[in-house]
Amino acid sequence: MSDPADLTIKAAGAAMRAGELTSVDLTEAVLERARITESHLHAFLTLDQAGAKAGAVAADAALAAGEDAGPLHGIPIALKDNMCTKGIETTASSQILSGWIPPYNATVVDRLDTAGAVIVGKTNLDEFAMGSSTENSAYGTTRNPWDTDTVPGGSSGGSAAAVAAGSALGAFGSDTGGSIRQPAALCGVVGMKPTYGLVSRYGLIAFASSLDQIGPFARSVDDAAVLLEAIAGFDIHDATSIRGDVPNIRGSLNSGVAGLKVGIVTELSTTGIDPEVRAAVDQTLAGLSDAGAEVVDVSLPSCEYGLSAYYLIAPAECSANLARFDGVRFGLRAGGATTEEMMAATRAEGFGPEVIRRILLGTYALSAGYYDAFYGQAQRVRTLIRRQFAAAYEDVDVLVAPTSPTTAFPIGERTADPIAMYYADVCTIPVNLTGDPAISVPVELDSKGLPIGFQVMAPALGEERLFQVAKAVEDIAGFTARASLATSEVVQP
Amino acid sequence: MPVEIDIAKVASLARIALSEEELRQYGEQLGAILEHAERVQQLPTEGIPPTSHPVPMTNAFRDDVVTGSLPAEDILAGAPEAEDGYFRVPPVLGDS
Amino acid sequence: MTDYEAVIGIETHVELMTDSKMFCGCPVIFGEAPNTTTCPVCLGLPGAMPVPNAEAMEGILKIGTALDCQVAEISYFHRKNYFYPDLPKNYQISQYDVPICHDGSIAIDVDGEPTQIGITRVHMEEDTGKSIHMGGGGRIHDAEYSLLDFNRSGVPLVEIVTEPDLRSAEQARAYGAELQRIVRTLGVSDARLEEGSMRFDANISVRPSGDPVLGTRAEIKNVNSLRSLQRAVAFEIDRQIELIESGGTVVQETRHWNEESGKTTSMRSKEESEDYRYFQEPDLVPIEVSAEWRDAVVAGLPELPAAQRARYQALGVDVRVAGVLVETEELGALFEDAMTAGGDPRLIGNWLSGEAVAWSRAESIAVGDSPLTAQHLVELAAMVGDSTLSASAAKQVLGGVLHGEGSPTEVAEARDLVQISDGGVIEAAVDEVLAAHPDAVEGIRGGDMKPIGFLVGQVMRATGGKADPKQVQQLIRDKTTG
Repeated sequence: MSDPADLTIKAAGAAMRAGELTSVDLTEAVLERARITESHLHAFLTLDQAGAKAGAVAADAALAAGEDAGPLHGIPIALKDNMCTKGIETTASSQILSGWIPPYNATVVDRLDTAGAVIVGKTNLDEFAMGSSTENSAYGTTRNPWDTDTVPGGSSGGSAAAVAAGSALGAFGSDTGGSIRQPAALCGVVGMKPTYGLVSRYGLIAFASSLDQIGPFARSVDDAAVLLEAIAGFDIHDATSIRGDVPNIRGSLNSGVAGLKVGIVTELSTTGIDPEVRAAVDQTLAGLSDAGAEVVDVSLPSCEYGLSAYYLIAPAECSANLARFDGVRFGLRAGGATTEEMMAATRAEGFGPEVIRRILLGTYALSAGYYDAFYGQAQRVRTLIRRQFAAAYEDVDVLVAPTSPTTAFPIGERTADPIAMYYADVCTIPVNLTGDPAISVPVELDSKGLPIGFQVMAPALGEERLFQVAKAVEDIAGFTARASLATSEVVQP
Repeated sequence: MPVEIDIAKVASLARIALSEEELRQYGEQLGAILEHAERVQQLPTEGIPPTSHPVPMTNAFRDDVVTGSLPAEDILAGAPEAEDGYFRVPPVLGDS
Repeated sequence: MTDYEAVIGIETHVELMTDSKMFCGCPVIFGEAPNTTTCPVCLGLPGAMPVPNAEAMEGILKIGTALDCQVAEISYFHRKNYFYPDLPKNYQISQYDVPICHDGSIAIDVDGEPTQIGITRVHMEEDTGKSIHMGGGGRIHDAEYSLLDFNRSGVPLVEIVTEPDLRSAEQARAYGAELQRIVRTLGVSDARLEEGSMRFDANISVRPSGDPVLGTRAEIKNVNSLRSLQRAVAFEIDRQIELIESGGTVVQETRHWNEESGKTTSMRSKEESEDYRYFQEPDLVPIEVSAEWRDAVVAGLPELPAAQRARYQALGVDVRVAGVLVETEELGALFEDAMTAGGDPRLIGNWLSGEAVAWSRAESIAVGDSPLTAQHLVELAAMVGDSTLSASAAKQVLGGVLHGEGSPTEVAEARDLVQISDGGVIEAAVDEVLAAHPDAVEGIRGGDMKPIGFLVGQVMRATGGKADPKQVQQLIRDKTTG
């Protein structure tokens, strides 16, 4: 058998139930992979070896006793370090939460426990999920397993890298402007953002409340669907949680695309898009066409304003969400003769530059005299974007585009230019604004051997259709390449 | 044209203590970012309502039921400074 | 000397007595050890999220509709952003430009003068934690450090704002008292000022009478009783007038009422007025109140104090008595039961609002805990009606009943208070007195009515207070003028 760390969740599950593999074997293999690759990748902030082993032992015992919690039973999973895990340090990759131990679990974590998953650790991210490369982490950047001189993408770079390298069979991240899909594309794995409200945000350290969603990373579309199923559904602790039925996520997984209409969004697939990325997209479109889909061009002009609207809305919301980090009740506390001084010093010391930038930007956009021109206007532009997408879905079943304008860029290339960095999200941002679901599927490697991701978008609660098309894309692409670091052979740095 | 910002006032509202040099730098960076973000003003939006929630939902309430609190020890375990079951802070300058 | 008019508006905060907090399932109880009724939500921990309490929404709708407000079909929660250590998230979830209730009014009465006070808005928000300032005498300015307790953080808070329609300290107090009555009648809060479940802030300005332009206003905080409210408003009005008269100008500021000194003092001046950067709360969805919901709330409202007072007045008591009877549930209950049993409203209303209340205060016993029943009242009123007892004797009997001496009949007999109504006996006593005071008789014959009272008094003395004074007076008149 191939190294268990490289198995899909589906294959590992089958092997466990066939008695060919135990959760302990699987978890050991994954931890071994992590031990070998971490010095190169730094995907993890916390590797909970003891906890993971104990969880695996318990999973095997339960299975032996006839208790089967489902597809994630005994499967080693990693969590982005902005999800609260009770008793396990959670830092959001910030100094301001260094050493913070949450007294409670995020709802998603509780659901994964119920599903029998084995949590191997907490992964690295851009500080407070603000960034597109994981270089904004206060604890060092994560490197891309395909080329360690390049970024894994962000903000969920650690989760993407871990899955790509085999240090977890699946992982969860959060997506506010593309922070699951973009690193998934750069790391050659599947990454998906659910419909806003489908997955509880309770216990997710908030960045931009009306945009954030938790979603899965996996090595296959099917695996991603399974991971989503385990966490989706109404949560009484989240007032923005959807109260209706969860879509039949895997209901049409293998139905193919014959008879479906696919719209390629002009504004997201032309300007600023790397030619090799565009070529891979075109090839995938040809494949979809061959598979029976009708492919049309769709123009959504308001998408050109998506980045601008996002960079007013997200910072505005985060400026309020991050106000609670003040040294009073938890986390870092700096010195100060008065509480006011202490708060201001704590925040200056505890937050990194990108976080400070966005808090200042958001504070400005909300302040008296500027609200209407900036935040207010951005929210109205958001309505325009939503309306255009909704109108498009009257005609097409799904919309597609590249996930990222480029493949993984070198570490340090954009850190001095925030605006260049923000541009990495230009293709992913629109659906955060609309609240619709979207997924990135790896389709091709570029001439540098770096992965290219293809993005599929569907209407709100259209996960069934989304996964249906994503599976077809996966089948068409036949992407089987693996990152050079996805190996348990020791690699020379 | 980069946007001119009273960065000191913004930093004060945001309760972040920054040096003169840092204020200058952030002010410049913000001005440049806002120049891009300002693009939103190019789109005509009269009569367009703002979107605050992508979810078309109202009245997401919970029943008035006590579900319990966290034990004080758990709460205070994370406190930077505590005294006799309270959170302790330096003297507070202003009144709310 | 210019004539000034005071313009006053009051902001009231009311803590709702729900079982759980506004946005989380922590209990709403007071007096617990610090930080023992908190959770990630009301403590503002990373990742926590608010979910509104349905009962609190019912509560605010009751208050709003009781104040005759318009109910917004759609309203929103907003974040009010400012940094303060007792505010865990450093923003308060509140409502801003679209509150759930708006444009209502409330009737108040000061010494028989009724006025309508406009209610601008009623909105929902959450309470903050509490800080204790240590060292330096407990005042914030000299404190060495502060201690924070978040038990109160997240308790549902309703804010009620009036139009600047109040014109005097008396009106301010009348408003505060009526609002308190209404809130208690609704059962949504115990509205206790000493405990902080109801808090007033008053905004006061003055202007020359007739001047349409509003003066600069000051905000007064730390008013912990209705009496303080009245005193503080009165003081502030005088202060502002004196200031203006002596050439000064009123500064827009927040002032602190000091109960001991009886003065308002300027609090340390704040930086330029806070920019709260309100924006719609993205963790909460809008509130939609359908016509059906609103109608159900209105239909379910209990009888409000104003309606209850009107009903008692229709039964036959005056506005002052009605006010007192409505003030205390047991008095109203006794009154209503007595009316149902056919008792005289004027007598019974006066006894309950006068003698019974006075007795209750003197003895520190609630009227409801005394042996007095509605039946007693009816009996006593009948005894006055058929002249078995004089009015003053009846009051003494009432006192006896309250003290537990028995029924009115028993007490009247035991204390020998039964009135003499035998015409012959009274006439004899009258004749004696008239004979003894010829000057007084002359005076009355000459047109001076004053001596009648004196003569009545003399007859009452002669009969040990037991003659029916009505008969006595009538006889004296007849005999002196006939």
